[in-house]
Amino acid sequence: MADLHTVNKSPFDKNSLEAAIKFSQAGSSILLIEDGVYGAMKGTSAEAMVKGAMGDKKMYALKSDLMARAIKDDRIIEGVTVVDYAGFVDLVEANDKVQAWL
Amino acid sequence: MKLAVQVNEGPYQHQATDSAYHFTKAALEKGHEVFRVFFYHDGVLNGTRLTTPPQDDRNIVNRWVELAEKYDLDLVLCVAAAQRRGLVDDGEAQRNGKDATNIAPKFRISGLGQLIEAAIQSDRLVVFGD
Repeated sequence: MADLHTVNKSPFDKNSLEAAIKFSQAGSSILLIEDGVYGAMKGTSAEAMVKGAMGDKKMYALKSDLMARAIKDDRIIEGVTVVDYAGFVDLVEANDKVQAWL
Repeated sequence: MKLAVQVNEGPYQHQATDSAYHFTKAALEKGHEVFRVFFYHDGVLNGTRLTTPPQDDRNIVNRWVELAEKYDLDLVLCVAAAQRRGLVDDGEAQRNGKDATNIAPKFRISGLGQLIEAAIQSDRLVVFGD
């Protein structure tokens, strides 16, 4: 069963990304929005955790929230897919449930 | 696909309501049905017509109203959350003896059952908060 998990907090602020990664099942998708997009950045202490999660889960980050925080494409961890709001809607449709880690 | 959206935060303090608006708009533009947008907790503050943000800032309340007018959206404020925060429509003013109303057009005040119904009737419930 594939679920979509949305994370809107920076991993350097709260542990919601870590919780989403630990609790989500294999095959799930995790979408980073708002301050959550800091988790998609290269070279941080959260990078290993995010890369590890991509073994059996898909990671996405919302383009407008990346742009608002000046996180350009070359600073994003390889394997993280950048989506716009239309892509967010597609992810909601493609998964059975949506869980917001607020 | 039929979607329900829940908004738990007020405007201008958190990004949640901006995210919810952009998501709802994108879903409608893709041709999906949005069964209801339910405003809960501080989210009810999205429904006051008395806000006057600076002219160069987005008007979050009017933005919801315009979207609702274009797509005939059902915008519902939780009644208990609205009463606590002073969001008043004609019915609430009469029931609670208030001398004014402040609800924006296209919004209505109703119970938590509307959230449950939206969750049951829709294929997905997408929650925005802080």
